[in-house]
Order: sequence, then structure tokens, then C-alpha cells
Amino acid sequence: MSIAAILLLAVTYVNAQAGHNHSTMKMDNKKMDHSKMTIKSDAKAEAILSDYFNLKDALVNDDAKEAAQAGSKLIVSLKAFDRKTYKGMQQMELIEIIVDATEHAEHIVKSPIDHQREHFKTLSKDVADLLAITGTANPLYEQFCPMYDKGSAWLSTSKEVKNPYYGSKMLKCGSVKKQIN
Amino acid sequence: MKKIIKKILFIGLIIFLLMQLYQPARNESFEQDITSNFTKVYKVPKNVETILRTSCYDCHSNKTNYPWYSYIQPARFFMESHIKEGKENLNFNEWGNYSGRKQKNKLDRIAKQIKSNEMPLASYTLIHKNATLSATQKKEVLDWINKIENSL
Repeated sequence: MSIAAILLLAVTYVNAQAGHNHSTMKMDNKKMDHSKMTIKSDAKAEAILSDYFNLKDALVNDDAKEAAQAGSKLIVSLKAFDRKTYKGMQQMELIEIIVDATEHAEHIVKSPIDHQREHFKTLSKDVADLLAITGTANPLYEQFCPMYDKGSAWLSTSKEVKNPYYGSKMLKCGSVKKQIN
Repeated sequence: MKKIIKKILFIGLIIFLLMQLYQPARNESFEQDITSNFTKVYKVPKNVETILRTSCYDCHSNKTNYPWYSYIQPARFFMESHIKEGKENLNFNEWGNYSGRKQKNKLDRIAKQIKSNEMPLASYTLIHKNATLSATQKKEVLDWINKIENSL
């Protein structure tokens, strides 16, 4: 009888310990503030973004040569991206994005402006998908032109719409679809 | 006058013969029935498959059907540069190895290139008349690609 009681006490004690362990666990959970979105930022992703915007500006200015140069810089920043800081499905997705984006950048380096713009459309989607995983420190705007290729989007640092798909031909065509950050 | 022309022709002939020594490996793979084939990834209707094989596969697959003059330089040189670039951009035999993202983008590119008549290359269809896409053939391929894109 007493042995059973002792055993019972022992088990209860161990369970209680486990209970205590949970409540005093020094997990990151305590540090993470779930009440508001933490603005994530990845320096390598920011570098990619920066080169992307240079490319976008070149296309806005109808400057194929400048766009080609921006394209080759983008290839470098894409290559420099460190996917190892991400895990599992995110890492897999990022690998696919980088491979695809690099191909588009490579085409942009050696194409006339019409083709550069075609590739820029898919590249813009790749970069947007990249940002969905990495996050970005600064406010960004997704802009949209309904006329180019049945509707095409791009990212911009300012609300002001300057169309990279048509350049001077239709500079203001487009609207802000949403704000990122 | 005649002597100089004779000399130039002679040198030209020597260069031509020397060129023939350079014969790089041919794009001929015996493994056609692999899972990464475009035709294994999608259920491609026979008419579309025939069009792709006839008009695209010489540059965009692992098996080129070389014509007789492919044994002669510099024809071979130009052919190989087309095949190399073609395969880098799109290889129907490697389709299954592309990521879902890449496959989707490639389908879009294929459709755009066909629509704009950039593909098949004019220099290719000049010699391979049967590879020229008629309006009907273009529509068949584009409609099918559109169908696949919508189902993705």
C-alpha cells in the first residue's frame, strides 16, 4: 500500500517536474512578439531587390543597354543569395526561384528591349515570390498594367506609377495594386 | 589575273578541307523513353506531338536528325551552335527535371515564340520546309498549351 503511494507520489512528482519544465522553458516564443508582424529582412535579398529596381528603371527609360547591365548585376546578386538560412519547403522554393530568376536575367543581358520586357514580367513574379519568403525592410508597392500581355505586374519603391513595359510610350499606364510593408 | 584567282581558290580549298577535321560529338542520344520526357509529363495529343517533333526537336531535344550535309563544315558548325543554344533554352527530353515554376514559364515562352513566329527559326524552316508551322498547326499547338496552362 505504502509502496504504491510512494510510487504514485514519485510519478506525480516527475509529471509535475515536466509541467514545471514547460512553464519555465526559455524558448524564443517569449521573445517573438506575435501581436504584430515582425518585419524580416535579409541583406542578400535586399541586394537582389536593389538590382531589380535598377533594371526596372532602365526599362522605364527605354534603355536596353542599361537594362542589360542591370541584368548582369542581378545575376551576381542572385548567385550570392544565401538560401541556407531558410529551411525545408522555403529553401526548396527559394532554390527554384533563384534558378528561374537567373535564367531571366541572363536573357535580359543579351536581348533587345522587347524581349527584356517579356522576361522582366516573369522575373517580377519571381522576385515577388522571393520577398514573400524573405520579407523586406522597406515599404514596396506592387503595380499593375492591364494592357501588357494580358496584364503584368512589377514592384516599385514609390507609389508613383512609371511603366517599365511600355516606357515612354505609355509611362503612366498602371495602378498600385497593393502595398508590401 | 588568272594565277591569283587560282591561288586564292587553292588556299580556300585547303582551308575547307582542314575544316572538315573538326567534327564535334553529335547530338544523338539513344535513351528516348525516359520519364523526364515532355511527352511523359503531359498527355500530349498525337497531332501536337508530331508538330513538336517535326518543327522543334532537332534543336530542342537530345536527338537531332542530322541531314547529309551535317558532315560538312561549316554547315555543321552553325548547326551545332543552334542545337547548343536551343537545348540550353529548352530541352523537351529534360522537361520533367524542370521545376514547376520553370515548366510554367517555359510553356508561356513556347507559346509566345510560336505566336510571334520567332520559332521555329526561319533559317531552319528555309531548309526544312516541312517544319514550317501552318496557321492550323500553330493553333493546334497554342490551344493545347493554353489548355495545359489553365490546368496547372
